[in-house]
Amino acid sequence: MTTLDARPDAIPAEAPDNYLTFRRGVLSWIFTLDHKRIGVMYLFAVLASFFVGGVMALLVRTKLLFPGEVEWMTAEQYNKAFTLHGAIMVFLVIIPSIPAALGNFILPVMLGAKDVAFPRLNLFSFYLWLLGAACAVWSLLAGGFDTGWTFYTPYSSQFGAGGTIPVLIGVFILGFSSIFTGINFVVTIHKLRPPGMTWFRMPLFLWALYATALIQVLATPVLGITLALLVVERLFNIGIFNPSMGGDPVLFQHFFWFYSHPAVYIMILPGMGIISEIIAVHSHRHIFGQKFIAFSSIAIAIFSFLVWGHHMFTSGQSPLMNVLFSAITFSVAIPSAVKVFNWLATLYKGSISLNTAMWYGLAFIFLFTIGGLTGIPLAVLSTDIHLHDTYFVVAHFHYVMMGSALIAMIGGLHHWWPKMFGVMFNETWGKIGCALVFVGFNLTFFTQFMLGSQGMPRRYYSYDQIEGMAEAFKMYHHISTGGSYIMALGFVITGIYLIHSLVAGRKAPANPWGGASLEWQCSSPPPHDNFSTTPAVGDCYDFSAVRWDESKQGYVVDTEAHIAASGKGH
Amino acid sequence: MSHATHADSHGHDGHDGHGHDPHGLHAKYPFLAHHFDTPNQQFESGKLGMWAFLATEVLFFGALFVMYAVMRFTDPEVFSFASRYLDTILGGINTCVLILSSLTMAIGVRAAQTNKKGLLVTCLALTLAGAIGFLVIKYFEYTHKFHLNLKWGEAFYQPVDEAEAQLVKTEPAPVANPVLAIASPNPSAGAAGAELVSLPPVDRTAIAAPKAGPDGVVSIESLKEKAAAAASHAHEEIPHLVDPGLPPNTHRFFAIYYIMTGLHGIHVLIGVGVIGWLLVMAMRGRFNSNYYAPVDFVGLYWHVVDLVWIFLFPLFYLIH
Amino acid sequence: MSSHSHAAHDGHGHGGGHPLVGHLVPYSTLFATGAALLVLTVITVAVRYVDLGEANIYIAIGVAVVKATLVSLFFMHLRWDRPFNLMVLVGSMLFVILMMVFCMMDVGQNEPTVAPGNAPLVQTYLDSNAPFAPVTSK
Repeated sequence: MTTLDARPDAIPAEAPDNYLTFRRGVLSWIFTLDHKRIGVMYLFAVLASFFVGGVMALLVRTKLLFPGEVEWMTAEQYNKAFTLHGAIMVFLVIIPSIPAALGNFILPVMLGAKDVAFPRLNLFSFYLWLLGAACAVWSLLAGGFDTGWTFYTPYSSQFGAGGTIPVLIGVFILGFSSIFTGINFVVTIHKLRPPGMTWFRMPLFLWALYATALIQVLATPVLGITLALLVVERLFNIGIFNPSMGGDPVLFQHFFWFYSHPAVYIMILPGMGIISEIIAVHSHRHIFGQKFIAFSSIAIAIFSFLVWGHHMFTSGQSPLMNVLFSAITFSVAIPSAVKVFNWLATLYKGSISLNTAMWYGLAFIFLFTIGGLTGIPLAVLSTDIHLHDTYFVVAHFHYVMMGSALIAMIGGLHHWWPKMFGVMFNETWGKIGCALVFVGFNLTFFTQFMLGSQGMPRRYYSYDQIEGMAEAFKMYHHISTGGSYIMALGFVITGIYLIHSLVAGRKAPANPWGGASLEWQCSSPPPHDNFSTTPAVGDCYDFSAVRWDESKQGYVVDTEAHIAASGKGH
Repeated sequence: MSHATHADSHGHDGHDGHGHDPHGLHAKYPFLAHHFDTPNQQFESGKLGMWAFLATEVLFFGALFVMYAVMRFTDPEVFSFASRYLDTILGGINTCVLILSSLTMAIGVRAAQTNKKGLLVTCLALTLAGAIGFLVIKYFEYTHKFHLNLKWGEAFYQPVDEAEAQLVKTEPAPVANPVLAIASPNPSAGAAGAELVSLPPVDRTAIAAPKAGPDGVVSIESLKEKAAAAASHAHEEIPHLVDPGLPPNTHRFFAIYYIMTGLHGIHVLIGVGVIGWLLVMAMRGRFNSNYYAPVDFVGLYWHVVDLVWIFLFPLFYLIH
Repeated sequence: MSSHSHAAHDGHGHGGGHPLVGHLVPYSTLFATGAALLVLTVITVAVRYVDLGEANIYIAIGVAVVKATLVSLFFMHLRWDRPFNLMVLVGSMLFVILMMVFCMMDVGQNEPTVAPGNAPLVQTYLDSNAPFAPVTSK
C-alpha cells in the first residue's frame, strides 16, 4: 500500500479554523451534520439530565435520613422521585452518555474518518433524544410515573400514576435514538476505516463502541416492542401482560430484561473502552493483551444476551431456567476479569502520569472490581433469595452503573476535554473533585451493602416499622446520605472548574497526554473535516515515538519513527 | 464483472486506488457525499446500514413471534378455535399480492440499475398498487371482524346484537366451579351459583364432563341450532359467544392477531409512503445505473415486509 | 479497477448498461423466484385443509422458511451480496430463536402448574367487566 506518501506532517500547524468556529450562529448548530457538534450537543444535554437525575437522588437520600414519614415528601412523591431518578439516569444519561456524546465526537476522529457514515441519521437521533426527553417532561405534567424504571406489570399496566403512558412513549423514542446511533457506529467502523486501519490497529475504545453498537442494534428493538405492547395493554386491556385478562406478567419481565440486561453492557462496555485508553496513554506503556481486551468486548456483548433471567430468580421463573441463567451468569466473569487483569498488567512498570483522568481510571478499576465481585452472591440462587430487592442490589448496580460507567464517562471527559474544546482544566481542582466523588461514592454505596445484607428492602419509603432494625438502618442511611452530599460536592466542583476552563483555561496542545492514536494527531479542537489528508495509521498503543515538546507544551509523535516502530504490515 | 466490483471494495483495500484523488470522483459523481471516497464505499455503507436496520426490524417482529409462540404453547386450543374466524382466502390473496409486489420491486431495482426509466416507473407503480391493495383487503378483513365483535380485551365478549345478547342470557353457560360462580357477579352464572351454595365439593371430572348447564337441559346441538338461526343474517359461523367450544382466553388470540397484523400493516403503510416518494423521484429521472441506492434500499425494506407476512400468514390463517 | 471502467462509459442514456455498484439479477431468476413463491403459497394453503396432526404446523413453518430463504437470497440479492450482510440477517434471526427457546423453556416448565381454563382471577374480572363472557372450563 502506498498511501503513506500522502502522510501529513507529524502535527498539523496551528489550525486557523476549528469545528467550533467553522460556522457561527445558533442555526449552524441546530442543522449541523458535523459529528463533533452533535457530540457536544449530546454532551451538554446528557450532563443537564445528569444534574436533574442527581437532584432526584439527593431528594431520595435526604428523605431516608428520617425513618418515618416526613411532611415535605409523601410516599407517592418518594416513589415518583426514585422512579424519575432511575429512568433519567438509565435512559437519558448513562445509555447515551459514552456512545452518543463522547463516542460521536471521538469515534470518527480516532478512526481517521471525516464523519460518521450517516450524518443526517446522527442528527436525527439527537433530535429523537430531545423528543424522548420532552416526553419525560410531558409525563411529569401528566402526573408523573411511579413504576420504577423497570415498568413491571401488572403495576404499570393496571395502576401507576397518570404519566405512565407518556414516559413509555418517551423511552420508546429514546430506544430508536439509541438504535440509530448503533447502526451509524457499526457502519462507520466497518466501512470508513482509512487505509492501514486494520481491525487490530483499531483503538480498544472503538472495539468497545463496536460491541456496544451491536447490542444497541440487536437488543433495543425488543424494548421498543415490549413498551409498545405495554402501552397497548394499558390502553385497551388486551390480556398480553395483564394477569386479570389472562396475560403473563412474568413474560413482561423476560421481554424487558432481554433488552435491559444487554443494556447494562451498553452502559459499561464503552466505559471499559475509555479505561483501556486512559490506562495505556497515562501509563505511557503499550496496552497489555490488546487482542484479548478486544475480543473480551465482543464476548461480553454476546454473553449479555444469555443471562437476562438472573434478574428474575424470585419472579416465579422455572427452576430449570434459574439454574441455567445462574450458571451462564458466572461465565460473564471471565471476559470482565480478562479486562481487569490486562489493565493491571498495563500499569505494571509503566511510567504513570497521575493526571485527573488517570485518577478516574484507577477509581474505575477499584469500583468496578467491587461492583463485579458483589454480583457473584446475586448470581448464586440461594443467596439471591435473601438479597433480592434489598439495598445490596442497589449498591451492586450503583457500583457498576455509576461507580464504573459514569466514572469512566467523567474520566473520558477529562481525557478528551482538551481535544474537544481546546482548553486545559485545572489539574489540582480536578484531583480534588475526583477524590471527593470517590470518597463520597464509597460512603454512599458501601454502607448500602450492609443495609441490604441485613434486610433493608429497596424502594421503601419508611423503615421505622422494621422491628429491631430501625436504629441500625438509620445509622447506615445517615452515613449513606452524608456520602451522597460529599459526592454531590465533588460533582459541583468538577462542573465549576470545567466551565471555568472553557472561558479562562490554558490553550491545549494537540497532544497533551502523549497519546499515539489518531485523535491526538489533529489539532485541538479538531478542524471541521478532522483530517485534511488521509492520516497515517500506526500502532495506537506504541508510545516509543512520542516525545515531549517544550515549545508546544505538549507531546509530539514522530510519525516516521512511529510507523516504523509499529512494525510489520504497513 | 460484478465480482470485480465486490473485490475492489473489501474493507480498507477498497479506496487506496482513489485515496490520492478523491476530488476527481466527487466532481464526477455529484451524489457522492463528502465523507466517502468512492461511490462503492458509499453504496456499501448504505447497504450495511440498511441491513443493520432490517436486523432491528427482525428483532422488533421477532419479539412478537416469541409472544405468539408462548401464547400458542400455553393455549393451543384457543389458536385452533379462533383461527377459524380468519378468512383464509382473503389472507391467501393478500399473500399473493405481497409476493407479486415484491417481485415488481425486485424488477424495479433491475430497471434502475439498467437505466430503464419507463420500466422502473411501471414497476414502482405496480408495487405501490400492491401495497395499497393489501391494505384495502386488510381493511375489509378488519371491519368484518369488528362487525362480529371479534375484538381484543373485554370487547370480545360483547354480543353483536340484541338477538345474540338474548341468546347468551337465556342459555346459561356451564358452571365449572361452584365456588367461582358464587363469587362472580355475572347475572347468568350467578343464578346458577346461588343454588349451588350448599353443595358439597364436587370432584373435577364430574364437572368438566358435561358441556350442558347444571340443570342438564341445554344440549350442544340445540345451542348450535339456535345460534345459527340467530346469526344467519350475518355469517355462516355461529357467533363466537354462543359457541360451546369457545375456549377460555380466546380474546388473547385476537389481541396478538391485531397487534402483529396491525404492526405489519403500519409497515405496509410506511412502505406506501416511501415507494410513493420513489415513484415521484423516478418520474423526475433521479435514478440511473450510477445512482439507484434509494430504490435498492427501499426494495430491501419492502422485501422484509413481505418476509414478515410470509410467516404471519401460516401462523394465523393456516392453523388446522 | 472495475469502478473505473464502469465510470468510463457513464450510465446515462445507455440502455442495459451495467450499474456502477451492486449486482444485476437476471429477469429469469426473478420470475422463477416469484413463481416458486406463488406455488409454495398454494401448497401451504392446501396443506391447511389436510389433517396431518402435529406435522401441520411444521410443514407450514417449513414452507415459510423456504419462501423466506428464496426472498432473501434472490429478491434481496443476498446470494451475491457480501457475506456479512447475510450474517446480519441470520444473526438477528438467531437472537430471536434464542429468545424464543429460553422463554419457551421457562413457560414449558411452568405449564403443568397452570390451572386449566380461565384462572380464578381472570374469571372474576371477566364476570364483572364483560358480563357476557361465558364461564368456562377445560
